[in-house]
Amino acid sequence: MSLQFFADGVIAGAMIALGASGVTLTYSILRFANFAQGEFVSWGGYFALSLAGWIGSLAASAIEPLEPLSVGWSVLLALLVAMPLTGLLAWLLDVALFARLRRRGAAIALVMASFGASMALRALLEVVYSTRPAYFSRELQIAVPVGHGIRVTPDQIALLVTTAVLVAGLHLMLAYTRTGRSMRAVSESPELARVIGIDVARIIRITWFVGGGLACAAGVLLGLVVQLRPAMGFDLLLPMFAAAILGGIGSVPGALAGGLIIGIAEALAVQFVGAEWRAGVAFAVLVLVLLIRPTGLAGRMAG
Amino acid sequence: MTSLPVLEVCELVAGYEPGAPVVRGVSVSARRGEIVALLGPNGAGKSTLLKAVAGLVPVESGEVRLEGVDVTRLVAHRMVLAGLAFVPQTDNVFATLSVHDNLELGVAGLPTKVRRARIEQAYALFGDLARQRRLLGGRLSGGQRQMLAIARALLVQPKVLLLDEPSAGLSPKMVGDTFRKLSEVRATGTAIVLVEQNTRAALAIADRAYVLVGGRNRHAGSAAELAADSSIAQLYLGLGPQRMTAREGL
Repeated sequence: MSLQFFADGVIAGAMIALGASGVTLTYSILRFANFAQGEFVSWGGYFALSLAGWIGSLAASAIEPLEPLSVGWSVLLALLVAMPLTGLLAWLLDVALFARLRRRGAAIALVMASFGASMALRALLEVVYSTRPAYFSRELQIAVPVGHGIRVTPDQIALLVTTAVLVAGLHLMLAYTRTGRSMRAVSESPELARVIGIDVARIIRITWFVGGGLACAAGVLLGLVVQLRPAMGFDLLLPMFAAAILGGIGSVPGALAGGLIIGIAEALAVQFVGAEWRAGVAFAVLVLVLLIRPTGLAGRMAG
Repeated sequence: MTSLPVLEVCELVAGYEPGAPVVRGVSVSARRGEIVALLGPNGAGKSTLLKAVAGLVPVESGEVRLEGVDVTRLVAHRMVLAGLAFVPQTDNVFATLSVHDNLELGVAGLPTKVRRARIEQAYALFGDLARQRRLLGGRLSGGQRQMLAIARALLVQPKVLLLDEPSAGLSPKMVGDTFRKLSEVRATGTAIVLVEQNTRAALAIADRAYVLVGGRNRHAGSAAELAADSSIAQLYLGLGPQRMTAREGL
């Protein structure tokens, strides 16, 4: 039997894990489920698309595919610029909306506001870019065999490597840097963090930039291996939350494991049960794990 | 000991909700190398006063001065940089971080060499922590947590150390150990202001004390005077009718 479905699950899971890393970070530090996180995935993807187009218009050679990838330097440069740009979008949304509600201590209002912000951001994206799918590249890629009947494209391998680098980088930052320690401290007790001299507002700002940047990377990779659509972030929202909760809110390795489990469960459902059961099976896994281990696989933020 | 106060709190009005102050015009001061106890019945506003001074509770009016500089409106994290450290009563260490990481956070803004030196000094002063440096804060005993919280607050070499109920939940032996450490800290010149329900222990270590009732100053004086005044002791401090001496109780 071909294990292609397993590879497909890992690839989908990697994208979910990347988005879930941002979710778990913002959820644990800001203490609310931000349903606009999915829109940061979409906006990040489209930011990169626009930037790549602009870079391409300045230097035609930047569009030439970097063999064996389907895209050129323009997309890689665009990704590097779009990540902080998406972080800026996330932070501006916080300043304009979430920070005001946070000061009033209205947790449920924050969640509802994030729903509203999600719809507004998605509608705005549709107005600007239309609902038609967009692509970073229309190059056809030949999937290469990697054994056990599995074939993957170079873009998919790039996706796996990028995810591994970003998630490992985030984990190392949280575990070993001063900023990471401060983020973990704010996650545990914002008041105690203030008392010992941590600028909590600065940590919140960094959190939005990191969470937005990761969402952007997920959007660009999704656009690279599938396509860009304004609703793609919203479609990824529930799997991302499922992965974050499954892994344990606050845990980056947990989000990675959660993303891969959800991705593989979805692929298994498509292979053995039917595509219509895809989301159902993933959530059944989530419920099962939470019944056995309510704090998720890895518990609180542990780096 | 110099005569000028390092901390002056003048007519401070503060509370959690606007227009509903818990602290209603309290004035206290502390000099370099002095331990000042804030005493009084439950609901007197002692802990709220400490939090307001530390920048955690909004101040409606009045002034907080640190070495003559007005720091009343400083936000909490800047208060630490100004030289005022606060140790809360409960949840005063990060349970999911190691002892060492807790200490690292206390000196996060300092250069690496200074940071390392200060942490080693803390380990030298609190030998128990040095042996537990890799242990998570949540795994420490109540006394060890208190020591860690105090050690972390001292890393910034504060001019004033505010302590909210340092003896809460500790065994009598640990109370003694904690208060002995505070005496060592006083010897370095740091002014200590502490809120305590354990009145005997507080008066035994303090140089001066204030009695607060209903969010206002009621009595003030040397620890020995207050301990010797049986009417104050019975009415506000929960002490028995017997007189106590200043160094009794540890």
